[in-house]
Amino acid sequence: MINPHPGLPELEYLKPTSLKEASQFLAEHASEARPFSGGTDSFVRLRDGVWKTSTLVDVKQLDGTHELSFDPQKGLTIGAAVTMNKVAANPDVLKHYPNLAEAAKSVASYQLRNRATIIGNICNASPAGDTIGTCMILDGVLNVHGVNGVYTIPLSNFFLGPGKTVLKPGDIVVSITLPLPPKGLVGTYKKLGRNTIGDLSIVGVAVLGFPTPETKSGYRFRIALASVAPTPYESFKAEAVLAEKTITADTIASAAEAAMDSVTPIDDVRGSARYRKFMVRNLTREAVTEVWKKIGK
Amino acid sequence: MGFQRITLTVNDLVETVDVPTNMTLLQMLRDKLSLTGTKNGCTAGECGACTVLMNGEPVNSCMVLAAECEGAVVTTVEGLAKGGQLSKVQQAIIKTGGVQCGFCTPGMLISATALLARNANPTDHEIREALVGNLCRCTGYVRIVDAVKEAAKM
Repeated sequence: MINPHPGLPELEYLKPTSLKEASQFLAEHASEARPFSGGTDSFVRLRDGVWKTSTLVDVKQLDGTHELSFDPQKGLTIGAAVTMNKVAANPDVLKHYPNLAEAAKSVASYQLRNRATIIGNICNASPAGDTIGTCMILDGVLNVHGVNGVYTIPLSNFFLGPGKTVLKPGDIVVSITLPLPPKGLVGTYKKLGRNTIGDLSIVGVAVLGFPTPETKSGYRFRIALASVAPTPYESFKAEAVLAEKTITADTIASAAEAAMDSVTPIDDVRGSARYRKFMVRNLTREAVTEVWKKIGK
Repeated sequence: MGFQRITLTVNDLVETVDVPTNMTLLQMLRDKLSLTGTKNGCTAGECGACTVLMNGEPVNSCMVLAAECEGAVVTTVEGLAKGGQLSKVQQAIIKTGGVQCGFCTPGMLISATALLARNANPTDHEIREALVGNLCRCTGYVRIVDAVKEAAKM
């Protein structure tokens, strides 16, 4: 076991004044330096000796990281330094993306959410990340500043494995943009933990649905699952069931079974793989039913 | 590893402190400023024993670098009483008997103070939700929740 009361290991703390300077430094010191914002994942990994980082580069003073703005054309932009509490309380978020507020509010505790950020949740790339699934099914796009300038990465292409992303040395995720949701969209996030609130998820299910002429059922559902695969996982098989067939309680149950069959959870301290699969089924059914009640006739 | 000189306000006093860059706000409060009311329970941001107010909002001080606190306004449990008088939450928790070993208490008081500042009349659920990040092994939480309700009435 790791030393039970460790302080942080020896490290330097840098506050570069420009994105250019920050990316340059991070690229040149790729094996020892990392960007951070709230530190709620970073500090834990540093203490446990999982990372050998010796320089933390603060992003909170960099341009664009404090943005939290809604544009009726572009959608919602959330900067890397914007805390989860700020997102969950923002009037534009509550009006246009209430399922994101719900997901953000499910994380840990109020005081942790005063430091934790959605971008940090995404970049930490834990399959258990509570806000990632919702951002994925809202088609979030990351705005990244790298050594060659700015570029974007759709969240759907971002994750490679637990804790692993496509980011390259020097890359700093400055913000995420969530496009305007389709009309009539309803969403929810169902999280199962070892207690009612506050725990990491055993299983997390983010569901959204909206009416569309493009499917046989007249609706499109998106389903993202947390803690049941090496990365946050969108269950296309379950979504297909809800696109092809008229939506009834049976279709929903079928989709839930498809979701269960599509995941590959592991046994860990929070739950067994078998339990997780059943809970994916149950929570998917619950979440889709709830969304369907609000958008269906 | 470097040192950094930071100036911040703690419990209404301006303090200038030289801190190693890997020192957390919690360590600085306890080891440099002798404010040992704030406790270390888990060093992982999960138990809330280290909760302080930073710029008006509760944070786990074990998860904040002291070096990040330049210009910050921090309130610890020692700063809740004013002019020798305990705050409403402090008085209430004594009245309801919400203290046993006392280790979670400073963090509970800070989180409760912050809750009542943003929600003057919280429901039971809202209180428990606000205190979810403050773990207590002794009391079973009931009398702590009662204390917050009591303080809201005072």
